[in-house]
Amino acid sequence: MTVDSAMKRTPLHSRHVQLGARMMPFAGFDMPVQYSGIIDEHFAVREHAGIFDVSHMGEVEVTGPHAFEFVQNLVSNDAAKLYDGKAMYTVMCTPEGGIVDDLLVYRRSVDSYLLVINASNIESDYAWMVSNNAAKAGLRNVSDGVGLIAVQGPAAMSIVQKITDVPLDDLKFYHFVELPPDTFFGSENAIISATGYTGEPGVEIYCDADATGAVWDALMDAGNDKGLKPAGLGARDTLRLESGFCLYGNDITTGTNPIEAGLGWVTKIDKGDFIGRDALAKVKEAGPDRKLVGFKLTEKGIPRPGYAIVDKAGNEIGTVTSGSQSPLLECGIGLGYVDADSSLLQPGSEIAIRIRKNDVQAVVAKPPFHKEK
Amino acid sequence: MNYPSDLYYTKEHEWIRIEGNVAVIGITEFAQSELGDIVFIEIEDVGTEVARDEVFGTVEAVKTVSELFAPVSGRIAEINDALDASPEAVNEDAYGKGWMIKMEMSDPSEVEGLLSAEDYSEMVG
Repeated sequence: MTVDSAMKRTPLHSRHVQLGARMMPFAGFDMPVQYSGIIDEHFAVREHAGIFDVSHMGEVEVTGPHAFEFVQNLVSNDAAKLYDGKAMYTVMCTPEGGIVDDLLVYRRSVDSYLLVINASNIESDYAWMVSNNAAKAGLRNVSDGVGLIAVQGPAAMSIVQKITDVPLDDLKFYHFVELPPDTFFGSENAIISATGYTGEPGVEIYCDADATGAVWDALMDAGNDKGLKPAGLGARDTLRLESGFCLYGNDITTGTNPIEAGLGWVTKIDKGDFIGRDALAKVKEAGPDRKLVGFKLTEKGIPRPGYAIVDKAGNEIGTVTSGSQSPLLECGIGLGYVDADSSLLQPGSEIAIRIRKNDVQAVVAKPPFHKEK
Repeated sequence: MNYPSDLYYTKEHEWIRIEGNVAVIGITEFAQSELGDIVFIEIEDVGTEVARDEVFGTVEAVKTVSELFAPVSGRIAEINDALDASPEAVNEDAYGKGWMIKMEMSDPSEVEGLLSAEDYSEMVG
């Protein structure tokens, strides 16, 4: 297989190759899709723990006396609710209310925030931030210098605890702890954050790019007797889909707004002005034209993005945006937009997915799907 | 990877074992490895006539879906029903338990157009 020489590599690239991972281009990076197999890795995360290289994600530092003002104007969620050591999930929108990206916002101190964005959007997001910086905050794209490892699963916390003295029992969901310089594998900066994209307990660990290899090795050692397995982008996708988390580029794009995407909970119209607020207030007031719903197939089949969602009479009522086999439920699951005036939006509604020439029966269901098991 | 020399192959990553007038068809080691975990296989009904290069089924893997193209023309005489319950057999034993269909060939001379193990292994590198 040929690897495009222009393709970027994470600091852990050689380890993936050594582990025999199947590599694939993703957002300009040569990334591991799978090691032992998607299903095997999926179960490792649900039952024990998985370790993911997500160093391809982007990080932007926002600093200075106007940092808060900048963030509050940029994102839909309310940054005033943050305090030092607290993170939040949010989206940032165009003035028309389309989603530019979904991201995490970390408040490190009153004048220092970290924004974590999708790998495929790093350049365009950063340009968007720079062009919407009337507040004149300090902005720095530090993506290339930051490594990111996710450890997820019921055993994740106990594994990570073996490599740090910071008491992780006290680390609540969507909280993070910043480690003092040079106390964590020689990393100048390091953050352990109780966040993730799998629906399992666990952390995401940010550190200097050149310390990432040592952190990975220590975690692999620490998880050796706890069922820890390296997991790739394939399992990351099946895990997030079972949890019902949106994927940028599939379920949310500049062509979708957070209200129809079910992200009204991170869209705080009342917090004050932010980019897209007026447009989103109108959508909220009038109700969206379509709604993102989850569904499960009750017959054999796998939904894929772009397939039509139909009613029992075969009329198109929507489109699939994400779909896969659920390794845990052993059936097809997915997310898709359904017309808001359809009577089939409620959980339990019987719909069908048009897979090639067949309408395969499905039922609207509210994620997370894996909690049902 | 393993490409047995007694089989024929196609550019679409199928293998063909000739047994008299019957072609036993499956997908190669390379194909199953590219697809990853196979979740199920959907094949046209027994008795269906398919022309060479026509789609006779699909393989659904967790990550992706792939069509199956008939390497030769003929009638589907038998389907490997065991794959219904254990599609992973294609991942585990592509040339054995992972066979997909047996086809009664309508034009056995089409076999001459198939690739040898050597040709195929050169193609996938």
